[in-house]
Amino acid sequence: MNLTLQIWRQDGPNAQGSMVTYPVSDISEDMSFLEMLDVLNESLIEKGEEPVAFDSDCREGICGMCSLMINGQAHGPEVTTTCQLHMRSFSDGDTITVEPWRAAAFPPVRDLIVDRSALDRVIQAGGYVSVNTGAAPEANNLQVRKPSADRAFDAATCIGCGACVAACPNASGMLFLGAKITHLGELPQGQSQRSARVVKMLNQHDAEDFGGCQNLGECAAACPKEIPLDVINQLNQDFLHSKKSAR
Amino acid sequence: MSELIDDLYRLGDPIADTKAPDGPIENRWTKAKFDNKLVNPANRRKLSVIIVGTGLAGSSAAATLGEAGYHVKSFCYQDSPRRAHSIAAQGGINAAKNYNDDGDSVYRLFYDTVKGGDYRSRENNVYRLAEVSNSIIDQCVAQGVPFARDYGGLLDNRSFGGVQVARTFYARGQTGQQLLIGAYQAMERQVAAGTVTAYTRHEMLEVIVVDGRARGIIARDMVTGELETHLADAVVLASGGYGNVFFLSTNAMGCNVTATWRAHRKGAYFANPCYTQIHPTCIPVAGDYQSKLTLMSESLRNDGRIWVPKNRDDCEKDPRQIPEEDRDYYLERIYPAFGNLVPRDIASRQAKNVCDDGRGVGPKVGDFRRGVYLDFSDALSRMSEAAIAEKYGNLFDMYQRITGESPYEVPMRIYPAVHYTMGGLWVDYDLETTIPGLYAAGEANFSDHGANRLGASSLMQCLADGYFVLPNTIRNYLASGPYEPVAEDAPEVLQAQADVRERLDKLLSINGDRTVDSFHKELGHIMWEYCGMERTEEGLRKAIDLIRSLREEFWRNVRVLGSADTLNQSLEKAGRVADFLELGELMCIDALHRRESCGGHFRAESQTEDGEALRDDEKFAYVGAWQFSGNEAGGPDAPILHKEDLVYNFIQLKQRSYK
Repeated sequence: MNLTLQIWRQDGPNAQGSMVTYPVSDISEDMSFLEMLDVLNESLIEKGEEPVAFDSDCREGICGMCSLMINGQAHGPEVTTTCQLHMRSFSDGDTITVEPWRAAAFPPVRDLIVDRSALDRVIQAGGYVSVNTGAAPEANNLQVRKPSADRAFDAATCIGCGACVAACPNASGMLFLGAKITHLGELPQGQSQRSARVVKMLNQHDAEDFGGCQNLGECAAACPKEIPLDVINQLNQDFLHSKKSAR
Repeated sequence: MSELIDDLYRLGDPIADTKAPDGPIENRWTKAKFDNKLVNPANRRKLSVIIVGTGLAGSSAAATLGEAGYHVKSFCYQDSPRRAHSIAAQGGINAAKNYNDDGDSVYRLFYDTVKGGDYRSRENNVYRLAEVSNSIIDQCVAQGVPFARDYGGLLDNRSFGGVQVARTFYARGQTGQQLLIGAYQAMERQVAAGTVTAYTRHEMLEVIVVDGRARGIIARDMVTGELETHLADAVVLASGGYGNVFFLSTNAMGCNVTATWRAHRKGAYFANPCYTQIHPTCIPVAGDYQSKLTLMSESLRNDGRIWVPKNRDDCEKDPRQIPEEDRDYYLERIYPAFGNLVPRDIASRQAKNVCDDGRGVGPKVGDFRRGVYLDFSDALSRMSEAAIAEKYGNLFDMYQRITGESPYEVPMRIYPAVHYTMGGLWVDYDLETTIPGLYAAGEANFSDHGANRLGASSLMQCLADGYFVLPNTIRNYLASGPYEPVAEDAPEVLQAQADVRERLDKLLSINGDRTVDSFHKELGHIMWEYCGMERTEEGLRKAIDLIRSLREEFWRNVRVLGSADTLNQSLEKAGRVADFLELGELMCIDALHRRESCGGHFRAESQTEDGEALRDDEKFAYVGAWQFSGNEAGGPDAPILHKEDLVYNFIQLKQRSYK
């Protein structure tokens, strides 16, 4: 395939960025989108131009490091991560725009790379069960109903890639929060901190400049791990409950 | 100095682990924990530890040492600790809980692991690993790790290659992810508490050694390019393995050897570098552009049956059209007791054998088909599609996404790929390297897996080291601290900084013709061809020559654009590939000197009449620990080999047979 890429280039956090056009040729449909960018970068280096900086690591769809808005969609046209998006999803002659995640909470770093450490700080605010090493009871003393275990697991599959934020017109991080709230809230281990967790995580979410949630659902539609939208209902429920229990 | 052997290396003094206690093996860890000095809580606040890497070993160690009250600085090259490559481990984690009452015990897990490692691991360390395995499950469940459960609400188990009991705990096909998120959350809790400081997008580029002790690191802030000096009372390397020396592997793109290689150059011995695990169930290579290989979990072998056509003429046929009698279920045929669940090294080599025999399937890459079928049609007729989806659904989806074929309809194709490295920094029972105060945990060390790693044991080892072993052993070292403060402008610090700066400047100034990746790919080809699944004396000698000339060209002709004071991914890669070019040579020297076959090391000259690996315990029942011996122009000088004899008091050395 021959393609035309329009890629956002930005030298640094405060530099002026712009879209730059690059033609690429001989692209195999079995390549992943990132391998296609590797091919572009090799040719840029050979020409003496600095390669396009982008994030990727495991390239198995699980680490959550890769990002990219492709033709305006988080991770591109398929519901998957960019590393698992293959060029068979495009056609010969296509023009493809590639941009970084855009959100106030994700400041730009360089080219297609943004800083997602806000998500770590949201977890720091309470996205855990407090148990010191060595303080755990025998595992099978704690029984979990299978439906709860499955629901917790479905929410726990969040990879923290930030696609939900990038897809949301308000750049809200509620799907990410809801996933953690639901994961830990479904399990008996998570109960003692349940009310405090939701309040602290929400406060941090707002402090990080994520936007408000209007239940538009773009987040769940873009989530490569198909975290269900109703984790946000769970989050809201837990939040209301925490207010009642505080009274 | 001893004479040069094979023109390649010299023999140094024997080495031994002197820290493991004596007595019955089941009491040794308890005794060690008691004998190790304590640090009272008030004094812990005065002590500091640097931990490089935030995978299962690094993040669990950071969390645990932080909880204990030490000052911890944690470093990772990714943008978040949660992205460490442990996250991609799929299948499961072993523990000797014996929840199924199928005859499991700590002793059996110990036995299986030593045997599975082809008797090249250390008894003391492996026993301890089996012993703490049960606490890992308790800890992770308490953190909220959503392990699979049965309808009664209790934990579910499955079995893995190389064992006949079901001792593997799992979270669908995302066990590594769920365990890592648990450890990451525990670590982030400590970040919030102020005991752990996390440095993300930071790469460790040098170890600072003062008065013979590890006292800190030089790290590069990968966003600003700034070189930072971090000092502490002890340093832990939990920086993973070096499988990316092969370029194509199941490792994440960023996995590298730099942290351990820099430590090696500063005096830490590197043990058994040639032990590479080739994983049997990966998606076959499809083309030259490929950047990595994807692993399908070994757990698939529980229900999938592996076969190739009996006749070479059938290789191009649709597998569904090949009748039962024309299929060769070669693992079930050769190893009836273990069948498709033989250990990884055996499953990998047999796959290579049938493909070498011209019976491989799938598209030709070059003039060769590299693939065997992993077929679920039996399982699909035995169980419902929903039941299969429940167990393996995400793996099937992943396979379909990459290949465009549905495993529910057509058998998967798999082929072996480089996965895990059993070699690493030499450590004693306390996980301390040969540099006092420098510790290595998880895949970065060498001691527990021998020459072959059984499935579901890497997660176990990483969490054992991070949660339970290291916090108890490093305490003994820290109890003698705080050590004399090191000045930021001490000569050792300034020298380390200058070395790093000089290296970066050199890489940027060469301005040659070839990209970093092109060197990496060429190195990978050499390593796979001559130091991969099968090695020969002749091939390894050739590889050493090829690597030396490639390294020479690298330092003359690599092209790294941009500058050192900004985010520069080519510069990051260049430094890592430079280290791989040195490690690759050492791997070949280690492979050459080990004239036996064992585990992930198959020497063509050493096999039984029916083609199985032939160990030579008389000559090679030792750990090969290599000492760096300085730099000659163009590359490292002949390394020095220190042998640590492996003593088996509890498990009898036997030819390993799964037939």
